[in-house]
Amino acid sequence: MTTPLAKVRGLGSAHRGAETFWRQRLTALANIPLVLFLILSIVTHIGADYGAVRAYFARPLVALLMLALTISASIHMRIGLKEIIEDYVHGHGAKIMALVLATVFAGGIALSCTFALLKISFGA
Amino acid sequence: MNNGNIEARRPLSPHLQIYRPMLTMMMSIAHRISGAALATGFVLLAWWLLAISAGPEPFATVNHFFASIPGQMLLFGYSWALIHHMLGGMRHLIWDTGHGLDKVSIEIFAWATIIGSTTLTLVLWLAGYWLKGA
Repeated sequence: MTTPLAKVRGLGSAHRGAETFWRQRLTALANIPLVLFLILSIVTHIGADYGAVRAYFARPLVALLMLALTISASIHMRIGLKEIIEDYVHGHGAKIMALVLATVFAGGIALSCTFALLKISFGA
Repeated sequence: MNNGNIEARRPLSPHLQIYRPMLTMMMSIAHRISGAALATGFVLLAWWLLAISAGPEPFATVNHFFASIPGQMLLFGYSWALIHHMLGGMRHLIWDTGHGLDKVSIEIFAWATIIGSTTLTLVLWLAGYWLKGA
């Protein structure tokens, strides 16, 4: 129930709580196989030479799995960071600032990884 | 009426320091800390991928760091945090179905997460070194 005052102030349920909950579970599920794939990719390529590493990430299946991981994990990370911020940052201004930074951070990481993977795949 | 004063004097629910530390509580905290730590891990991944895309020289710099002892320790910690958070998350997915919420199960889940994440991390690294050596 939203009181008239809360309605005017835009408070109360946004009716999107379950959406975030569900998205966090969905990305969690997708992250399980993708993370295992990432760890195997890392441990098998530590100290490998440049040509071998680049050729590995240029393989279509590897690139697709890495892009899937980038998207799924960055969405999952943004929700997680948002939950932590909402729990511990109490000042209104500081909270909004932290939430903006978390979103910029998650978006920046996602774009960086995507850009790098596309560049590796398509050359130049 | 001074609302701020009422807010300051109103009774608070008991917080962390009131409770005896328990394994399940520590696991909950570890899940959150490992999740936050993975944000740093994501930066490492982006750095690595960008270096690969940028060419042999930037790659050599990053590779040199990751091949060093501190770099390997950082990567080991990253992979452990990944697996710990993954197993802890699986626990949450099971709980979301309404199963495994009794006292015995949560203790078993907690120990399974600790032992499982440590074992799996070690096995993956040993397998990685073995595959690379072969």
